[in-house]
Amino acid sequence: MSVSAGVSQALAAEIQSAEAEYRRRKRRESWQRRILPCVGILIGIGVWAALVHVFKVPPFIAPSPMTVAATFVAKSDVLMNNLWPTVVEAVGGFLIGNLFAIALATAFVHSKAISQTFFALVVLINSIPVVAKAPILVLLLGNGFAPKIAIAAVISFFPTLVNMVRGLESVNPQAMELMRVLSASKPEVFMKLRIYNSLPYLFSGLRISASASVIGAIVGEWIGSNYGIGALIIQATYAFDSALLYAAVFVGSAFSVLFFMAISLAERLIVRWQPPSVV
Amino acid sequence: MAGAKALSSIASQEAAGDQQLNAVVCQNVSMRFVTDRRTVTALDNISFSVEAGGFLCVLGPSGCGKSTLLRVVADLIDPSSGTLSVFGRTPRQARINRELGFVFQDAALLPWRSALGNVELPLEVGGRRNLAKGAPTPRELLRLVGLEGWETSFPHELSGGMRQRVAIARALLGGPRLLLMDEPFGALDEITRDRLNEELRRIWLETGTTILFVTHSVYEAIYLGETVLVLAANPGRVRATVKIDLPRGRALSIRETEPFNRVATRTRELLGSEL
Repeated sequence: MSVSAGVSQALAAEIQSAEAEYRRRKRRESWQRRILPCVGILIGIGVWAALVHVFKVPPFIAPSPMTVAATFVAKSDVLMNNLWPTVVEAVGGFLIGNLFAIALATAFVHSKAISQTFFALVVLINSIPVVAKAPILVLLLGNGFAPKIAIAAVISFFPTLVNMVRGLESVNPQAMELMRVLSASKPEVFMKLRIYNSLPYLFSGLRISASASVIGAIVGEWIGSNYGIGALIIQATYAFDSALLYAAVFVGSAFSVLFFMAISLAERLIVRWQPPSVV
Repeated sequence: MAGAKALSSIASQEAAGDQQLNAVVCQNVSMRFVTDRRTVTALDNISFSVEAGGFLCVLGPSGCGKSTLLRVVADLIDPSSGTLSVFGRTPRQARINRELGFVFQDAALLPWRSALGNVELPLEVGGRRNLAKGAPTPRELLRLVGLEGWETSFPHELSGGMRQRVAIARALLGGPRLLLMDEPFGALDEITRDRLNEELRRIWLETGTTILFVTHSVYEAIYLGETVLVLAANPGRVRATVKIDLPRGRALSIRETEPFNRVATRTRELLGSEL
């Protein structure tokens, strides 16, 4: 009895040390995951500063990171005032474009005829580059927020449409048969099966269109606008104010990254189950 | 149900006339699939019947149309020709009346629903039915299949065997009179499969529901079934009907007994005579 107690005690100690080792390794890995990307970014900034310094690049061609940082502080009000219009346009376009995409995906799945009629047209419109769509929409919608929101909407629309159609259609065939055995109606199949099945696909579409909508808004501002990050980029370029140009670009991409991360966070909160097979 | 004591040795044509005793009567059912390349005859003139309260295993090599046969009974596909009745009605009426439960090869659970949520699904679709008074609740069914305490777990947190148990509980909700099972344990390891075989026998004895079970394992078919319908492939047709003369209460160890082995040998011969 005492022998087996001794053995089990030794075993417990061994398990405890193995668990401690496992936790240490996990902690180290999670630190690495967070720190190494920052190290990479710092290296990039260092190389940039060194290149500007060594080759004595004049400030109207490319600024040093320190100049850009100084501009961030000095012109933070200009940058912020121009960020908000871009945010409104990108988020507004994102919402409108994705609502239309989800509605059209639903119609496509509902009727094969609708899908066959309109899919080619949608692909055709999508094949026009953004910079070509932008002037068309500016002519149609004028100079205010409307054309930028429209461009952001058009550019967010396609990735969500394609992913959503796939998600609504790629339902487990046996789950479809189950619904039939249960005599489920078409709306019930949609509400209980297709929508949930499409969510992981929808989010992969939304993540793409989050970044795309920011691009759409900025490109829209290039053409006939005097506010927004896009307009600021154009103005800074013509004024050879390279530090302001770089600062505007950083603000735009920081917003894009935050938008992307917000969508990823929403996905993690909503899709709590494990998709049956990672596609 | 008092008449459903011993099974008659042959599912005869005469018995087919007596609709009350039979859960399923299948007469001259054929199924052809036309594709670009060729026309496949999955089922060729199949006739059989299952007594109410019976346990029929459909055994055959892959490609013999056993899954197709099950789907015809479940009204998932229409046969090219022939007639079917389920409790004296058409398969469609039986399906709409919720007299059928179906268990698929892959458990076909909805991954966003907990075990309990999956078992409750039949109450939420197809006209939102309420459970009859006294009928087992979803929780009670999970207990019946040995999953008490796992109600809130999601499918990805369950093992393959547990997922299949949830699927069985879901199929049993509402007390279907006929349970259709399409190789439900085919993807499981042998140990889990044995255990679930034993439990399915117990569930069959406890619920008195009629079971139509498709498998390609000779041992599974004989251990589970009161009758085994042996099919041949290309085209799928009935080779023989084997009555299993084993006690109703069966331990797994029955598979090592002389009577079991005798019927297993005979059944394997029936399958083999095809080649």
